[in-house]
Amino acid sequence: MSKLFQKEWICSLCLFAVLLVIWEVTVKYFEVPFFLLPAPSGVLTSLRDGLSEGLTSRVGFYLHTYYTVSEALLGFLIGSGLGLILGTLIAQSQFLGKVFLPYIVAFQSLPKVALAPLLIVWFGVGMMSKVVIVAMLTFFPLLVNSIAGFESVDRDLLEMMRSFKATRWQIFCKVRFPSALPFIFAGLSMAIVYSLIGAIVGEFIGGRHGLGILILQMNFNMDMQGVFSVFVVLSIIGIAFYLAMRFIERRVVFWTSRNREVIGL
Amino acid sequence: MRALFSFLYTRSALPSTLMPSFIELRNVTKSYRTMQEEDLLALQDVSFEVGKSEFVSVVGASGCGKTTLLKIIAGLIPHSSGEVRIGGSSVKGPRKDIGFVFQQPVLLPWRTVLENTLLPIEVMGLPREEYGKRALDILDRVGLSGFSDKYPFELSGGMQQRVAITRALVYDPDVLLLDEPFGALDAMTRESLNLELLRIWSDHRKTVLFVTHSISEAIFLSDRVVALTPRPGRLADVVEVDLPRPRRLDVIQTEAFGMLAKRIRSLLGIGEELGGIE
Repeated sequence: MSKLFQKEWICSLCLFAVLLVIWEVTVKYFEVPFFLLPAPSGVLTSLRDGLSEGLTSRVGFYLHTYYTVSEALLGFLIGSGLGLILGTLIAQSQFLGKVFLPYIVAFQSLPKVALAPLLIVWFGVGMMSKVVIVAMLTFFPLLVNSIAGFESVDRDLLEMMRSFKATRWQIFCKVRFPSALPFIFAGLSMAIVYSLIGAIVGEFIGGRHGLGILILQMNFNMDMQGVFSVFVVLSIIGIAFYLAMRFIERRVVFWTSRNREVIGL
Repeated sequence: MRALFSFLYTRSALPSTLMPSFIELRNVTKSYRTMQEEDLLALQDVSFEVGKSEFVSVVGASGCGKTTLLKIIAGLIPHSSGEVRIGGSSVKGPRKDIGFVFQQPVLLPWRTVLENTLLPIEVMGLPREEYGKRALDILDRVGLSGFSDKYPFELSGGMQQRVAITRALVYDPDVLLLDEPFGALDAMTRESLNLELLRIWSDHRKTVLFVTHSISEAIFLSDRVVALTPRPGRLADVVEVDLPRPRRLDVIQTEAFGMLAKRIRSLLGIGEELGGIE
């Protein structure tokens, strides 16, 4: 907890406060029209209004947050899960790696959000299409990182295992998979960020619920205060996702130097 | 007490021909295929024997194939021709009667010291409780009592290498192969680990083959020293070390030690080009 009170943190918070004050004063002093840039005080009002709505209200945050977070998390689980499984399988054989490599490179260089309109046609305007978009976005970081992780295994560790007559499966469980974990977690950290992007982009293209839909509606009504208040909600969700991921990573991959410092080992 | 067991220490004074050979190498040759499709000869016609419970070192310049030779004996890499036998049976792959200590500790960073030493026990499917006690006992004797729950990154290099030695001893192999295990350590740590290794050897009665590029380390530790020529590695000679045991570090200053070192240096062709310096 002492980290919270370190100098850098205090400076960051002060800078944030100063920026808010400058923003507020600028908007008020130059009388910037509300449909161009709302004042922070106005954003705060919209935020309070949105939060005080009922759980199922279509103008409140809760219902839309539920949809967006569900789409993001479900897509993240499916996409990163498949990416991890396929990456792990490909990494076990050089032959498979060479067969799949051209496809991986081709798909990876394609901006996946370009497929979003097509996916809305295929899977409808409901949650399903967003889950598929998120799964596609989160699939590749895990595929690429798990392959890189398995390739990064220290040759000396493998030779050490061979000296005990270890089987392929024993080497996989006891050395290869744990060695790949830091890379896999790097992929997961990337994928969790992509998951929110995928859900919002999917909602922009077509849907009934979600924070992306709420942004579109508010934008259409020139309710810029509202749009900015949804930005605040989205950043809080994004930060929560990232922190949850780091929390898990620190406990699972505790031996890497970047996690060792944090838990004080 | 020491007098009672003095036969253990004087045993090495026996001519090696009287000891039954345990590791046998017959005309072991190893050639590599390089990227340029050329055959590169790493080892040529290496033959020697190591007796049961004998401590033998292999010395040679870097790149002479010492490590290759040791890994061939361990069954980790195949040889091109010739034969390697341990305890009468031909080596065809890794074996459970060999403990191998690598140049680096190669510990698993996500396992504690104790879990690292029990890795071979898990892999070989041996009873964990029984060998857990044995592991703690060996850790105790290499000076790591109280460190069993630490992670490798909390240990110094010397301590990590002690864990690696414990891991190689825990399943009680007949043969201990060490590939320059202390090469990456500072001189003082190295000397104390050499003494510890001798103590472990006299406690456990393993057949030890020790690869090093340090001539004095080889003489200090061994019953016999195998000298290899520079690439391709050929057997220059096997030198009998008739220094009494137990040895203390000051044996290095004795004249007999100096003569042995001089003999091995000349076998390796070191110092000849320096003959003219005044």
